[in-house]
Amino acid sequence: MSKLKTQEFMVNMGPHHPSTHGVCRLMLTLDGEKVVKIVPVIGYLHRAIEKICENRTYAQCIPLLDRFEYVTSMSCEYVFADAVEKLAAIEVPERAQYLRVIMLELNRIASHLIFFGTTVMDIGALTPFLYGLRERELIMDLFEMTCGQRLTYNYITIGGVSHDIPPEFIPKCREAVKIIREKLKDYEGLFNENPIWLARTKNIGVLSAETAVAYGVSGPILRASGIKYDIRKNEPYGIYDRFDFNIPTYTHGDAYDRYMVRLDEIRESLKIITQALDGLPEGDIRKKVNPFTFKPPAGEIYNRIENSRGEMGVYLVSDGTTKPTRLKLRGGSYNHLQVLPHVAVGGLVADLVAIFATFDIIMPEVDR
Amino acid sequence: MILASVELIGVFRWLYGLLVELGLEEPWLSVVIYGLLSVTIFGVLCLIALFLVWWERKIAGHMQQRFGPMRNGWHGWYQTVMDALKLLQKEDIRVDTRDRAVFFWAPVICFVAAFLAYIVIPFGDGLIVADLNIGILYVIAITTFTVISLLMAGWGSNNKYALLGGMRSAAQVVSYEVPMVASILTVIVFSGSLSMVDISNSQQGNFIFNWFIFRPPFGIIAFLTYITAATAEANRTPFDIPEAEQELVAGYNIEYSGMKFAMFFLAEFVNMFTVSAIATTLFLGGWHGPLLPSWLWFIIKTLAIVLLLMIFRWTFPRLRVDQLMEFAWKFLVPLTFANLILAGWMKYAGWYW
Repeated sequence: MSKLKTQEFMVNMGPHHPSTHGVCRLMLTLDGEKVVKIVPVIGYLHRAIEKICENRTYAQCIPLLDRFEYVTSMSCEYVFADAVEKLAAIEVPERAQYLRVIMLELNRIASHLIFFGTTVMDIGALTPFLYGLRERELIMDLFEMTCGQRLTYNYITIGGVSHDIPPEFIPKCREAVKIIREKLKDYEGLFNENPIWLARTKNIGVLSAETAVAYGVSGPILRASGIKYDIRKNEPYGIYDRFDFNIPTYTHGDAYDRYMVRLDEIRESLKIITQALDGLPEGDIRKKVNPFTFKPPAGEIYNRIENSRGEMGVYLVSDGTTKPTRLKLRGGSYNHLQVLPHVAVGGLVADLVAIFATFDIIMPEVDR
Repeated sequence: MILASVELIGVFRWLYGLLVELGLEEPWLSVVIYGLLSVTIFGVLCLIALFLVWWERKIAGHMQQRFGPMRNGWHGWYQTVMDALKLLQKEDIRVDTRDRAVFFWAPVICFVAAFLAYIVIPFGDGLIVADLNIGILYVIAITTFTVISLLMAGWGSNNKYALLGGMRSAAQVVSYEVPMVASILTVIVFSGSLSMVDISNSQQGNFIFNWFIFRPPFGIIAFLTYITAATAEANRTPFDIPEAEQELVAGYNIEYSGMKFAMFFLAEFVNMFTVSAIATTLFLGGWHGPLLPSWLWFIIKTLAIVLLLMIFRWTFPRLRVDQLMEFAWKFLVPLTFANLILAGWMKYAGWYW
């Protein structure tokens, strides 16, 4: 028996692995089932969005930015449009502000529903994925009704929004809010106290608050680690200071808390949508901006918002022409992927999958 | 006469008479009759496996708010037949670095082992190929063969994911064999026989309340532990770690394609039917039941358990590999052994009817 040797071996998890959500490649060193080392390899989805934007007018940048983080395209549009508006000191009409908030929050819910579906699927429950997508479908229908698109909207434009909502939007939206609120109870009934689910997520992939801050982690992952930080509250942008909502925060920073934070956030977003629908004023939806000749004054700005995956930022340099001189995007997932080895080393392969899923990393945001 | 121990159903008895009349003598008589029997069993089981694949897809579909297969025939009833035909035509892709013999034999062993168990399973009154006096022991021995094939597939593919899958399945099936056998032993204590026919017969009568599942508390505990262990034996969620798609892509069968893959796939469904059929025989009174013909009772009961396993699969998340082991050795094994000892003591004390 003394002749028997054990050996660590390397596995390439991805770029075509079912649980890496896109084209992330993790070079794993495994000791049996135990993960010894993780090296993320990125760049498979690099499309040079930042560089291409330098050759586009400001209005033409927005459809490209839709692809920056395609699960919550509205946020990408908003963060850019807001930056340009701040730079050019454009006053956005009140109705457009409200519509933006409604769309942003609907999109956040859609993103969290995808998170719910894919996470439980990665942990082995195949059916709830379809449930998550079923509720997301209601939101997609609302978007389609408004701007004709279901995934990349080109809705939030510089100076306002591109289309007004149709008259049936408000009743449909209220109904969707009601249905999602009902169905959330089903999700929680399925998982929150399910012993298998608890065994798979409790105390798995614990991310301490110090590490989270050190790596620049943001969004729901940061809040799951016990830091109450949400740009919507801490540095309100748009009209977020008018709404009453809470920031769900948990303390352990494990996979279970990251899951719970997002489910709670869906509730908070529903609250915001209801308030925004109630307060929706009449009026213009757009301040006229000529998309071909629009020139913001020379200057630079960093604008950031709270996306469903964390802080989304855009750094914009303008030299007073019709095209941006430099555009730099910041996506939360980039930092989250960096902290992944820190959290998942020492666990099992199955834990790595659970951690990757609850980090909710999306690759276009990493590779851009 | 060799055939004396074999229960022959109507058509075979008639065939047997015909062959004797034609002047066929031993040993050819036995060869022909047994050959026909095996072909029949094989055909029926292939049909059952195809049906189960379709059924599973329909159930999954309806649980997931969709339809499942709908294109081929009424509600897609011959979808799996078409799938099997497609897999037959597919190119058999073989990795260059495979271990040739091991890679080739793994699906064969898996397929054969899955079917061998049916020699001793009584589908109805007299519907059994051979009523061995060690019937249940034979089933346990044969079904364990599957694990060898999974290990062989994992090793022979020369793929890391497949190897991980093979190792996981070996660890899992060996661990869950223990509680499974212990819960089966409880039934053997009740019935006092290893023969499948005798076990079924000892649950006869008294409407349905003579079934071993209705012997509280030991019968129920044995049934629940058996179902749990059987889910693990059949590699199904929440114990499907050998083929955990999100971790190992496909597990041990990742390098298999075409008909070799189909053999693993069908064997999996046959195994599921096997464990359900055993559960029916041991706990649910086998083919005994009021009113309906015996084979129908057997099929209904077995499919009910299959349905249970399918609902498990589409509801639960998956356990982690170490939690799975812990559950087997720290919970199921002590529970089943305590159950067995207490049931034996009760039986010895004569407190059971």
